[in-house]
Amino acid sequence: MSTKIEEKPETETEADEQTSPGEQRRELKRERAAEREQQIQEELSEAEKTVGIKVFRFDPEVADKEEPRFDSFTVPFFRGMSVLDALVYARDTYDSSLTFRHSCRQAVCGSDALFINGRQRLACKTQVSDLESPIRIEPLPHQDVVKDLVVDMEHFYEQMHAVEPYFDPDELPDGELEEQRQTPENREKVKLSTRCIWCGACMSSCNIAAGDNEYLGPAAINKAYRFAMDEREGDDRKQERLRIVEQEHGVWRCQTQFSCTEVCPKDIPLTEHIQELKREAIKSNLKFW
Amino acid sequence: MYEHDVIVVGAGGAGLRAAIEAHEEGADVALVTKLHPVRSHTGAAEGGINAALHEKDSWDLHAYDTMKGSDYLGDAPAIDAFAKEARHEVIQLEHWGMPFSREEDGTVSQRPFGGLSYPRTTYAGAETGHHLLHTMYEQVVKRGIEVYDEWFVTRLAVTNEPNPADRTCHGCVAYEIATGEVSGFYARQGVILATGGTGQAFDHTTNAIACTGDGQAMAYRAGAPMEDMEFVQFHPTTLPSTGVLISEGVRGEGGILYNDNEERLMFEYGYANNSGELASRDVVSRAELTEVNEGRGIEDEYVHLDMRHLGEERIIDRLENILHLAEDFEGVDGLDEPMPVKPGQHYQMGGTEVDEYGHSCVDGLYAVGECACYSLHGANRLGGNALPELLVFGARAGRHAAGAVEEEPEIPTGPGAKSDDWDEESPAELGAVDASDPVAADGGAVATPQEVLEQAVETERERVETLMERDGINHADVRAKVQKTMTENVNVFREESNLKQALKDIREAREEYQNVAVADPSRTYNTDLVHTIETRNVIDVAESIALGALARKEFRGAHWRKQYQERRDDEYLKHTLYAWNGGNPELYYKPVILEGHEKKYEPKIRSY
Repeated sequence: MSTKIEEKPETETEADEQTSPGEQRRELKRERAAEREQQIQEELSEAEKTVGIKVFRFDPEVADKEEPRFDSFTVPFFRGMSVLDALVYARDTYDSSLTFRHSCRQAVCGSDALFINGRQRLACKTQVSDLESPIRIEPLPHQDVVKDLVVDMEHFYEQMHAVEPYFDPDELPDGELEEQRQTPENREKVKLSTRCIWCGACMSSCNIAAGDNEYLGPAAINKAYRFAMDEREGDDRKQERLRIVEQEHGVWRCQTQFSCTEVCPKDIPLTEHIQELKREAIKSNLKFW
Repeated sequence: MYEHDVIVVGAGGAGLRAAIEAHEEGADVALVTKLHPVRSHTGAAEGGINAALHEKDSWDLHAYDTMKGSDYLGDAPAIDAFAKEARHEVIQLEHWGMPFSREEDGTVSQRPFGGLSYPRTTYAGAETGHHLLHTMYEQVVKRGIEVYDEWFVTRLAVTNEPNPADRTCHGCVAYEIATGEVSGFYARQGVILATGGTGQAFDHTTNAIACTGDGQAMAYRAGAPMEDMEFVQFHPTTLPSTGVLISEGVRGEGGILYNDNEERLMFEYGYANNSGELASRDVVSRAELTEVNEGRGIEDEYVHLDMRHLGEERIIDRLENILHLAEDFEGVDGLDEPMPVKPGQHYQMGGTEVDEYGHSCVDGLYAVGECACYSLHGANRLGGNALPELLVFGARAGRHAAGAVEEEPEIPTGPGAKSDDWDEESPAELGAVDASDPVAADGGAVATPQEVLEQAVETERERVETLMERDGINHADVRAKVQKTMTENVNVFREESNLKQALKDIREAREEYQNVAVADPSRTYNTDLVHTIETRNVIDVAESIALGALARKEFRGAHWRKQYQERRDDEYLKHTLYAWNGGNPELYYKPVILEGHEKKYEPKIRSY
């Protein structure tokens, strides 16, 4: 009862000043509408903006593309536009033969690692507004170009497969519905290594991989790390895994230039993982070079 | 020509699981995928995998939740098998090394998810699908299973008896993207389609650009109908500018939805007074759009999903990936501010009609995962039920195709299952523009299996040559037209006039498609050709979604009709089937099976 009495005069006072709660809300709405209007105006002027892309072109069987060249496209800019958006626009609007891999648009399928303004990046998670225009878009260096921005990934896959990239425990729990135990700490230890999306950016950025075609490369070594550090696998298996990565074209080739770590779109500390495997190999008295 | 016992088309979660199981049963199996396995869209699944692992939980509670979630359009034999076998599948995945999130005692963590009566969603951070996909691909590598990557399957090699239920599938035809070679893949025992979803029929979707309904459309043209295609899940939390998914895990961990007045909308307006944010996805999506339509949306477009109160430590531990997605694709820091979200196309509940072993009415033709409909999800899929689905039914189909299943299925398929016809007229012509066109025909020839395959290869070579050699329009314009009309007219809220408009627009698109051509003259990595062929599949699935939606005059699960605001069990406790029928499509129905071995499910009012 008392609250009612207290409320009433308040409302009346507000009503006297002609700012009922409803009116206040409408006022707020009007303010927001004005803000929105301003924003729309800004977006309109943004829409008049364009962005230039210079795209590497090559096709071994098409007469005027046998010699690599760059094609320039001008595409309309919108807020939040990614390099992939720009490529899709150019392809769907100007030239349907413009060729690049892409699928998920959200940095998890790893299809669209490209060399963008001189650095390995995923086209889908690279904002056009963060780059200088015209944006130069090339296929990943150090890999054979199949066509335009598509490179041959076969060698990358072979290196990934070379480290026996599958979980291989010594024994499993007896109970039919019983899981293996893994401490949260151990899961944390391997967590970053399990984020790899096989995009190949690291391998492409690595000077050693460029010079030594047999070098396992950062992604494959990281894959080995993911299993070697997983406590659910046994010690014997760990030793076998270390033997695979400490061979001549394995971890010791890494000269800790950190280029792989710098370009990794999933922020995996690749160089650290390689260094840790070196230390593990030494601890296990394995031969090192 | 290539030859294997079992050919699996598509190498996402369902395809990988099917291949592993067929291999375990001794079959010579190969995976054929237009991507590389690790590029598949299973990798984008975030939230988790439901399984009744805890001793206080039980498979029949999981089954009950799934049936309720389906709004009683699920079939009991599929739901019961699913809930029972999901437990074993999740544990097996752990035995394969899946990096699940863990409790202090080292056991696999489980969190609450929408529509579940017990916290039974296992997960690996907010990137569960990525880990599931990679874990299973590792097992494929371990077993040395052959993978044909970047081979695009364009046609099934099926005999052409008049009744699809008499037909047999002997393989498929694929186009090698790198070289332009068209080849036959002869399957001695079976072809398993695992090609994923149909998101590219819409323009705001969480799906990949590769999700073009290839399997559904191919099987449909070969005689296996599409089932319940009108049931499309719109996920309530996608980023407005890109459609990138923000996991239900955010709400599972305690994230809250606010409208423009900073009201907790789910409770404030009574959309789900018990479950709030964790109501089923269809309920939350409608709630958000109602807020927007009634003027309480932010920028008249979206609502806010706030997880700041969960604290940085918990967010980093369980939802770190969400921070990256919100930052990279919307420029929002989820630790500092609420994230803008709106509904977006996410999942196709319907698909190729199959039984509880993934077998279609065409002998030797299977479908699993999102491209299939065994009637597990019915009218609405629960969050966290897609990943266990692809495990359970991938394994079942792999086992069946390898010849290791003795039991007879309980779910009937094919024309024999029909209960009644749709007795109305379509507002637009349906199916083939030119039914005499060889590509419009069902199946191939009644001949030896090799001849069936050779003829299919010949037809596809002709199709590729025609598209390459003629002049015409760019498929991208046709696809954009379909996407636009589907998003405008066949969305969360559906009205008769809009659905009719969509069917007319789709017809126009189909007519325009008669004039598409591939401008890129190259045989090397010709994505123009691949996308042009995909677009025809997009048209087929869009038509089935729009027509199914027009025909179903009720409100059930994800399917909301303005004029029909009630679930009508007397009339519509039945599945929609859409059969190609030689280019003159036919829409008909078959009954829902609510009777399982242990219990009969009684349709109840679905409230959360």
